[in-house]
Amino acid sequence: MYLPRLRTRLARFDVPLVCALLLLTGIGLLGAYSTGGEPLLHRQVVRLLVGSGVMVALAHVEPGNYARWAPWFYVATVAALVAVFVVGSSAKGAQRWLAAGGFQFQPAEVAKIATPLMVAAFLAKRGGASRLSVVVGAIAFIALPVLLIGYQPDLGTAVIIAVAGAGLLFIAGMSWRLLAAFGAAGLASLPLAWYGLKDYQRERVVTFLDPDQNPLAGGYQVLQSKIAIGSGGLYGKGWLNGTQSHLDFLPERSTDFVFAVLAEEFGLLGVAVILVLAGIVIFRGLWIAGQSQEPFGRLVAAGLVLSFFLHVFVNVGMVSGLLPVVGLPLPLISYGGTSLVTTMAAFGIVMSMFSHRRLLAD
Amino acid sequence: MSLHPLRRDAMRERRRYRSRVIVGAGLAGAGLLVLFLRAGHLQIVEHEHYTTLSRENRIRVHTIAPARGLVRDRNGVVLARNFSVFSLEIVPEQTGGVDRTLALLHEILTIDEGEEEKFRRQVRQLPGFESIPLKTRLDEREVAVFSVNRHRLPGVDIHTRLVREYPFGEALAHVVGYVGRINADERSRLEGNPHYRATRHIGKTGVEHSWERTLHGYAGLEQVEVDARGRVVRTIDSTDPVPGAEVTLGLDVGLQLRAHAALSGQVGAIVAVDPRDGAVLALASVPSFDPNPLVHGIDRESYAKLVGARHRPMFNRALHGQYSPGSVAKIFLAFAGLDQSLDLALGRVWCGGSYRLPGTTYEYRDWKAGGHGRVGLERGLAESCDVYFYELAYKLGINRIHRYLTRFGLGQPTGVDLPREAPGLVPSREWKLATLGRPWMAGETIISGIGQGYVLSTPLQLASATATVAGRGVRLRPRAAIRIERNGVAEDLPAEDLPPVVASGEGYWTRVIEGMEGVVHAGAGTARRIGEGLTYRIAGKTGTAQVVHQETRTSPDDLESIPWERRDHALFAAFAPVDDPTIAVAVVVEHGGSGSRAAAPIARELIDHHLHGASGEPAPLIAAGAR
Repeated sequence: MYLPRLRTRLARFDVPLVCALLLLTGIGLLGAYSTGGEPLLHRQVVRLLVGSGVMVALAHVEPGNYARWAPWFYVATVAALVAVFVVGSSAKGAQRWLAAGGFQFQPAEVAKIATPLMVAAFLAKRGGASRLSVVVGAIAFIALPVLLIGYQPDLGTAVIIAVAGAGLLFIAGMSWRLLAAFGAAGLASLPLAWYGLKDYQRERVVTFLDPDQNPLAGGYQVLQSKIAIGSGGLYGKGWLNGTQSHLDFLPERSTDFVFAVLAEEFGLLGVAVILVLAGIVIFRGLWIAGQSQEPFGRLVAAGLVLSFFLHVFVNVGMVSGLLPVVGLPLPLISYGGTSLVTTMAAFGIVMSMFSHRRLLAD
Repeated sequence: MSLHPLRRDAMRERRRYRSRVIVGAGLAGAGLLVLFLRAGHLQIVEHEHYTTLSRENRIRVHTIAPARGLVRDRNGVVLARNFSVFSLEIVPEQTGGVDRTLALLHEILTIDEGEEEKFRRQVRQLPGFESIPLKTRLDEREVAVFSVNRHRLPGVDIHTRLVREYPFGEALAHVVGYVGRINADERSRLEGNPHYRATRHIGKTGVEHSWERTLHGYAGLEQVEVDARGRVVRTIDSTDPVPGAEVTLGLDVGLQLRAHAALSGQVGAIVAVDPRDGAVLALASVPSFDPNPLVHGIDRESYAKLVGARHRPMFNRALHGQYSPGSVAKIFLAFAGLDQSLDLALGRVWCGGSYRLPGTTYEYRDWKAGGHGRVGLERGLAESCDVYFYELAYKLGINRIHRYLTRFGLGQPTGVDLPREAPGLVPSREWKLATLGRPWMAGETIISGIGQGYVLSTPLQLASATATVAGRGVRLRPRAAIRIERNGVAEDLPAEDLPPVVASGEGYWTRVIEGMEGVVHAGAGTARRIGEGLTYRIAGKTGTAQVVHQETRTSPDDLESIPWERRDHALFAAFAPVDDPTIAVAVVVEHGGSGSRAAAPIARELIDHHLHGASGEPAPLIAAGAR
């Protein structure tokens, strides 16, 4: 049963997973062209090639290396997050960017990978999340980057890392009792968090709770994106025919709100395709996670897949008016480099755990 | 058979893991389902409602481009301004056929072929909902003709825009630069900057480029109600744009025009700076070009013609031209010799007309056949004795020469607020080995002593280094802009100090400056001709940079007999008045022959203008004539 099989290099990749990932990026290219024409398309194709390269490379790294390097990677990421405050550049009132060797990147994006790796390595070494001391340790590892990112402020990313971390603890076997206790503590601290928010973040929460209060200010974005989605109907208005987005009603149409553009142009059928593909990625990813023989591999893969799900959920939720606007891209589909490359890197790591599943058994 | 306890633990761990993952997968599935139901609710149940809203969606938010800030000279003369023009613009996806629209437009207006080609190119490149200009300068008759036919032309509209204009044309093109249409590359870099959403032009070169963010201003917003075709019916609310700030340059336009004219018919560059604050007083590069047509964009052919024209008018020689400093470098070597307390610098040398490295036979010639006799530092500078500086360079060695030239700011960009400045070159042993793969030769040190060989400098660097001598070691970063005015509030930009050149002994600066004074005022000074009739004192240094290797050179006396492109470059660097310098200037005339004849008189003319021209006093000399 555990006999190692000879595999070709290509067989390291899980075909259903890779196909679903590439189809999602393909949909992203349709969106990029529709919102910005050829220049956007060209740049996104280049980033897609870079992302694919990174994914292939990371899929070939032995899982043991990830476990070994996780602490260093984590420390470097935290250092970069601190550096953002010292030497970073800001956009729209938040300090997020760091320049390195001629190009810019957001350390917060890297933290989305570094944190699950670190927490998984820690939990795997301590034999799961059954003891309180281990849980507290893991929470500390999660809280450090979350607080740094929340302070930038990049609330969306902070929430994603925090919730994905909690999910990781749950999967690692944290007892229901502890779970309930920490959950209650978290809820109790929400009013405190309110005071930590910046004005524009509070305004967003208020807007979310009462969107019609001022349709031209805060609620404008969400109202316009709901109009875009709703007017798309079952079949959509056709590619490149979205009036909402082309008449300039929809803000951030190529990045965070691209889902609304696609829903307007391809209708509920298009939405179904996107969600089914996302579902394939998530379920196939979790199945792959279960194949790994090492607790570390299982936890890392599950954590990264969970983080992907949260992205999709939060982004589509905010664009369709279910959740407040937090400024998160739709992974693989939104126009932008860092998000695409880190998402593909995450799945490269997931596939590494998969491709080495039997080799490790002996 | 019982399993190993560890094995059993692992099994239990796996079982628990599996159950937890199943819970997780279930939650994820439920989450996706919620999203789908939400989309279904909006798209099926509330579809009618949102379709109505979409059709009635009449409130659009327009961005209004800010007016670009003016550029003025130090006396308030406007160097770059804006004027209104009417332009015809088309939103391709609203036209119902670009070809049909163009055919209709051809019937009523004359459309230039180049403009149409450019328009079609942009139609292919830009998304269909962007407004693309077709014809940029409509006169009033054309506006009227269009208005009558407007109903037949959906998606076509007339926009009023502010267009940049440069009243001084080519005289200031290399300082002020120009704005041009934002290209696809620049547009992508501006992605996400809301203030550029309605902006069509961006600074391409010069001050327009380096002060882009300051000159640009902040966009305004306008909420308007539109009809089904996207045409504005009324304005609901608006926030005015904040115009760009005014940038005042240290430049004196009178001096600049004088400098530009002085070079006319020749090829070269002039840079004048104020040694007290680093302000660039004049920066001319000739030949030049008229920046005005470039604002609208000229067709590719004309642009290629302009770039490839004889003597490359688009090339900014003052910033990007890299020339051997020639004998001008002797100023800095003289200081190096004193600062290192070399016996030679403090004493004298015998110049018999040529110099030989110890133990070799090759002769380095002095420019003066027969030599200068016994020469000390001051006379060495005044008469530009090559042999003195061969000897000095030999004693200093290339390492120290490198160190001192670098200290004066050669071989590195000055950091002026003008774009893409060339660094020049100060060679060193390491540089030669790394770049050319060959070791340094002793002879190369010797010719470095007279500013030949690998040493390269820009006219701006020479002016800045001369200003450093004028300030007796105080170094200031040269700067184009000196003041910024936003909403009527002026803010003077501070002068920026650079690491000073500190002399190790007293009187060293005075000796160097006395030597430079001798160039103009001593009986045998190389530029004595410009010293005639001066009411103030100039410290200067001539330079003649060889274009062709020494051996093949003919005597400079029969200049006319040498083909133009084989003649030496002429240089002159100077500052004045000597006791309280207010101007430092560097003049480079390509293939001008000799520094004393071609470059020094120009420097004199400019210094005269600077010291007397502005106050209205007649320039005392020009009449008496250096000729």
